Amino acid sequence: MKKGLLVLLALLVLIPALTFAGGDKEAEAAGDDEFKVAFVYLSLPGDLGWTYEHEAGRQMIEAELGDKVSTTYIENVPEGPDAARIIRQYAQQGYDMIFATSFGYMDPMVEIAAEFPDVYFEHCSGYKMSENMATYFGRMYQARYLSGLVAGNATKTNTIGYVAAFPIPEVLRGINAFTIGVKKVNPEAIVKVVWTNTWYDPVKEREAAVALLDSGVDIIAQHQDTTEPQKAAEERGLLSIGYDSDMGSFVGDSILVSPVWQWGNYYIETVKAAMNGTWSSHSYWGGLKEGVVKLSDFSPLVSEDVKDLVAAEEKKIVEGTWDVFWGEVKDQDGNIVVAAGDKMDDGTMLGMGFLVEGVIGKAGN
Amino acid sequence: MIVLLTSILAITLRAGTSLIYATIGEIYTERSGVLNLGLEGMMLVGAVSSFATVYYTGSLSLAVFVAMLTGVLLSSIHAFLSITMRANQVVSGLSITLFGTGFASFLGQRLGPESNGRYLIGLIGEKFTPIAIPGLSKIPLLGALFNQDLLTYIVYLIIPIAWFYMFKTKNGLNLRAVGENPQTADAMGIDVLKTRYLYTIIGGTLVAIGGAHLSLAYAPGWSENITGGRGWIVIALVIFSMWNPSRAIWGALLFGGINAVQFRLQASGTNIPASFLNMLPYLATIIALVVMTWLENFGKKVGAPAALATPYMRGEK
Repeated sequence: MKKGLLVLLALLVLIPALTFAGGDKEAEAAGDDEFKVAFVYLSLPGDLGWTYEHEAGRQMIEAELGDKVSTTYIENVPEGPDAARIIRQYAQQGYDMIFATSFGYMDPMVEIAAEFPDVYFEHCSGYKMSENMATYFGRMYQARYLSGLVAGNATKTNTIGYVAAFPIPEVLRGINAFTIGVKKVNPEAIVKVVWTNTWYDPVKEREAAVALLDSGVDIIAQHQDTTEPQKAAEERGLLSIGYDSDMGSFVGDSILVSPVWQWGNYYIETVKAAMNGTWSSHSYWGGLKEGVVKLSDFSPLVSEDVKDLVAAEEKKIVEGTWDVFWGEVKDQDGNIVVAAGDKMDDGTMLGMGFLVEGVIGKAGN
Repeated sequence: MIVLLTSILAITLRAGTSLIYATIGEIYTERSGVLNLGLEGMMLVGAVSSFATVYYTGSLSLAVFVAMLTGVLLSSIHAFLSITMRANQVVSGLSITLFGTGFASFLGQRLGPESNGRYLIGLIGEKFTPIAIPGLSKIPLLGALFNQDLLTYIVYLIIPIAWFYMFKTKNGLNLRAVGENPQTADAMGIDVLKTRYLYTIIGGTLVAIGGAHLSLAYAPGWSENITGGRGWIVIALVIFSMWNPSRAIWGALLFGGINAVQFRLQASGTNIPASFLNMLPYLATIIALVVMTWLENFGKKVGAPAALATPYMRGEK
């Protein structure tokens, strides 16, 4: 009953959402010479996480390109058929470029991209592309590795908790990179993973963090969309590692550092390319080097030694002399996945389905 | 082991508190013959308004009062639509949820300081913290009962009072009569419409306190959609407790405790799949429904009020 009602609700909610998205007035006012860009968001910019950072990127486009572009966005779009309607509607209204910022928008976008060959489509975090549809994402695992170095140094119980959404490659990659960072500075430490099976549920995320804290972890890391796990750790007087956005500025100094997204540079670049006619379909996977992911400012609780270590490791990754999943990498059972001297290729990384040694938890649930 | 069980019980009670408030509220509403599906929306508005109040005034009691006020307002709308206008109660309730969800989101963006660009979200205010009762809170296991926040202690009192009022007083009898057979109740001289209004509003008030418990005590602060579907769970809980306030606690503990338990099992590295545990409360609800129907076949009255969701009009057969 609950699910059926929720679906019904989602549909009903979408009716007004669609009429807003209709925004005919806005389209007329925008004029024909402006380059019109639309963003489709999964949640609200107020989540202080995933959508918040995409919204920051959109605002950077506005700031950089000013009168030459007009941008709009629609929030709270569920993945699935509703997303298709909304993306199609933007294309029909004459938007020149459409960004879809969640994995589940991929298949509808592929379909619609074929119907509107003159519109540029950009999809975040997927793998399908076409003539006029590009895919883009960031190597968050690199920033997560750096945050693992910080956590590994700070833990006193040698047990770190990780509140994670779903066991999909993106999340597994993050947990693994984080754990590799932790173990580099603290080989004794372990990382306990708890799956919430939701991207966004403030109360559930908090409950998962509390369960981990009760089991003896003294630092909480997370792959979720709200700051609740961080707040739970702070209330116990314990530390945490943020994610998505600079959570330290929302919660406090107990958040040592946050691996953050920074879409602005990529957005400006690709919008400019489309405006100049130099845009071509691409699969973009930028990392620390390109500035799509980075670490936020450190909390005052992080020592200079640790900051120096992080800077040195970051330099190696940026210069390309080393990356996180270069051998030797072992899985939970001690099997060697990447031999010493070998490198894991992007394809394997994008389809990652195992957890590395040192993680307590299951890759599937 | 005892320490672990105590901590599970403590968090289960904390998680269950908002569910118990809302369940008892909805039981009262439904017992009068009114189905209110607006719970999710009412809880959200209660949560956002109480957090905004506490953020600006620092007064927790005022915050709870404001939440109750929003509960009164929203349930009055539902009462007006479904009792006076005799609208379809499902549609009216759903529209309260839709309205409440949007309105709470709107309030979250309007009541907060605009300068930070994120309004009320992520701000920190006063909150209800657990108060350990000296002595009692040290008892193994049961000590968990006595290390809770004020709203949870109040709910301990509300459960027996709600049961006593419903089953042992004349007003409670009238309430049940109106929900079972409004024609007869009317003939007995009970004002059906007034009774329904009264208990729809009392129910709405309790539901809103449930929302306030989330933003003031359990997950202090406001974030979008903080209830995460708890309003819908309550509708299952009402069925699970067979419209009896004294049973509300078991369902709330089951639904509230499942996350506490399954996350702890995961953290300890068990092999029981999380999805199996997540399913259990719903399975229990289905079993409760089956048992209920079975008992009713033997002529025992345990289930839904007979006139639930049926508008009443004098002279109608």
